[in-house]
Amino acid sequence: MEMSQYLEVFIEESKEHLQTVNDSLLKLEKNPEDLTIVSEIFRAAHTLKGMSATMNYQDLANLTHKMENVLDLIRNNKIQVDSDLLDIIFDAVDDLEAMVGDIASGGQGERDVQHVVGKLERIEEGEAPAKVQSEQIVSESKEVWTSEISYELTIDEFQRTVLMESAEQGFINYEITVSLTKDCMLKGARVYMVFEVLEQIGEVAQSAPTVDQLEEENFDLQFKVLLLSTHEEEDIQARILKVSEIDSVDIKKVTAEDYVSDQEGVANSASHDHFVDDSNEQSRKKEQAAIAVKEKGAVSKESNNQEASPQKAAQSKTIRVNIDRLDVLMNLFEELVIDRGRLEQISTDLNHSELQETVERMSRISGDLQSIILNMRMVPVEQVFNRFPRMVRQLARDLNKKVNLVVEGAETELDRTVIDEIGDPLVHLIRNSLDHGIETPENRLAKGKPEEGNLKLQAYHSGNHVFIEISDDGGGIDRDKVLNKAINNGLVTNEQASGLSDQQVFDYIMSSGFSTADQISDVSGRGVGLDVVKNTIESLGGSITIDSVPDKGSTFSIQLPLTLSIISVMLVEVQQEKYAVPLSSIIETAIVKKEDIMHAHNKQVIDFRGSVVPLVSLEDVFEVPQEVDKGDYYSIVIIRKGDKMAGLVVDSFIGQQEVVLKSLGNYLQNVFAISGATILGDGQVALIIDSNALIK
Amino acid sequence: MEDHTQDLKVIVFQLNNEEYGVPVSRVGSIERMQPITRVPRTASFVKGVMNLRGVVTPIIDLRERFDIGGATYDDRTRIIIVHLEDMEVGLVVDAANDVIDIPGGTIEPPPEVVGTLDADYISGVAKLERRLLILLDLEEVLSDQEMKQLQSIEG
Repeated sequence: MEMSQYLEVFIEESKEHLQTVNDSLLKLEKNPEDLTIVSEIFRAAHTLKGMSATMNYQDLANLTHKMENVLDLIRNNKIQVDSDLLDIIFDAVDDLEAMVGDIASGGQGERDVQHVVGKLERIEEGEAPAKVQSEQIVSESKEVWTSEISYELTIDEFQRTVLMESAEQGFINYEITVSLTKDCMLKGARVYMVFEVLEQIGEVAQSAPTVDQLEEENFDLQFKVLLLSTHEEEDIQARILKVSEIDSVDIKKVTAEDYVSDQEGVANSASHDHFVDDSNEQSRKKEQAAIAVKEKGAVSKESNNQEASPQKAAQSKTIRVNIDRLDVLMNLFEELVIDRGRLEQISTDLNHSELQETVERMSRISGDLQSIILNMRMVPVEQVFNRFPRMVRQLARDLNKKVNLVVEGAETELDRTVIDEIGDPLVHLIRNSLDHGIETPENRLAKGKPEEGNLKLQAYHSGNHVFIEISDDGGGIDRDKVLNKAINNGLVTNEQASGLSDQQVFDYIMSSGFSTADQISDVSGRGVGLDVVKNTIESLGGSITIDSVPDKGSTFSIQLPLTLSIISVMLVEVQQEKYAVPLSSIIETAIVKKEDIMHAHNKQVIDFRGSVVPLVSLEDVFEVPQEVDKGDYYSIVIIRKGDKMAGLVVDSFIGQQEVVLKSLGNYLQNVFAISGATILGDGQVALIIDSNALIK
Repeated sequence: MEDHTQDLKVIVFQLNNEEYGVPVSRVGSIERMQPITRVPRTASFVKGVMNLRGVVTPIIDLRERFDIGGATYDDRTRIIIVHLEDMEVGLVVDAANDVIDIPGGTIEPPPEVVGTLDADYISGVAKLERRLLILLDLEEVLSDQEMKQLQSIEG
């Protein structure tokens, strides 16, 4: 499968997860008893493992898996959290970060992680972390060796050529690690002496840290050089050891090929700095094991910074902007929209042609600006949909069902805040459809349906809303079964039940603790989920409706607002007061004669295109002071909520307008039938009608 | 509330020929009368909302809040914008024209009986030469409980 399109998301999310792990590990160190933190780390690690396995980054997945095993032991109280243990986990996290960084800069995320993996495995097998960790210090100096290669690998083309040529000329390339004694007083001087010795017997091609840093004593006790020489190992070793205060000399032969194979790494001077940091880091760790964790945190940050630079090149076309900043931008723009309305009104009043032109121009530009700002927050719903095919396949296999998933309209865009929230509800609904909706192949054949069930996931724009529909051609919802359960649960009485529409009945399956599945399965049916789905969607200002036909299938339809702050409204006048009715709930407007109004049950109704629509007088509902007498004609705004309609009686229509939704402030909460307010062009406040509250 | 031994800077306003004070720290601004949009089905003392430089701000008529009879608004009528925790509310008063420092020692606890006012709203009384200044307890004035009670009564 072509994975490149997910790469960016993968990298971004991996970094987030690693960040979570890092933060939580730090927290865990402070509260080693708090197992919820461990669970949090575990979750992040688990997700990371799954993602990297999917993306075929095996090293990443393996290391995460080992880490997860250890975390699992912690979670189950099999081992105690202490700083040694955390050090090892932090090491693993550092490695993970390096791998993700490598992937971000175009690499394969491969890395030698045997040491860390080994350590994790030993902990898993029950060894005390302290023991593992103390041995690690010894082995770590070896690790410095191996990892140093990667630093020295930053030798450039020229140096590599030198290496190859020198080999042809009979020189041997040695990698020499020199360790000074701990009480060495004049490190710089010793380095100088070592270099002098080396230069007598060959040529120093490279050193780590760099010569400059060595001279400034900007290193710990170890440094290494790449020497081209014709002398024997023992000879070189003996000569170096003649210099005082040298603890040990380690020499091994290398060839240019050793470097070439891994040459893909980043070649810049920063890596030398990294080396210095790293070696300092390790020395400090030896001395101050207690505060090691903190410093590890610092190191991981450093490595983050270093990852950032190569990454920039790979992703130059996008930048990540904190959503808060976009919110601020949005707020400022809302202010502008209000002033724009005011300007428009003033220019109309003044009737000054130049002013009008300018204002018109400004309106157009700010209109463009508005769509850009809104678009900046828009993300294709694809991001959420993309994970479903795999999930459906797996689920279908687990349930022994055959399912064909069709995704339509994945390019439909939604506000980022909505996208972030909509994923989980959709997962719930899809699981629900697969588990309860689509029947087993045998059942389907028995019903005369094709063996393979269809699940359709569809997104589309309509007006100011985005609809997401999940439809299956499964068994549908059993109305009677739902109704019986609702009656048993006390949600509805027998008398009420008979008058309910299908949709009203189906709504009950979204009340909490409600499941019609006879058997509880792993997938769904515990009676949690659909109520959460409904709550989440409603908190986003959306709604969900269910349609179902027995043996034909069910459709869950989610309606979501495109944006959460600027809405189109119809302004109406009631006596002297202005109100705004959201266009999304308006079907149409009508003017009816007084004689055409009928009465049923002491209520005013009209005949609207064949259906009886009850009238709601805004004047009465809002207790508007009466000043003007009504004429012979009623102006009516037909609104709807689901499939129910009502006609709002107003005095006149003013027109359609884009307005900024504002709250009434914390002092006035839960005002009946008012969902907010907006500021009109003339600076006055108009209240926005919550039409849902007016339809019972 | 504020430490009574320290000086208190208050905004002085008139209501039905009596003088009241609210701490300067609580006051955002003082506005002239502006068009107010009525909000239906709220307590009678909630006059509605107004546009305060782009922020929709609820307005309370203090006369009606204290049940001392509604007044007609004139040129002297002012709206004092006060904020309390996360609320911002405008208080309609007869006039507001003074800022004074009240020495800590002159503030006395609310007396048992003060005219027509329910003592709940009063955090103290300050005696200044020949003036008597009633210090308001904004938390009580804007208390939720009162609102909810009224809402439930009205329907």
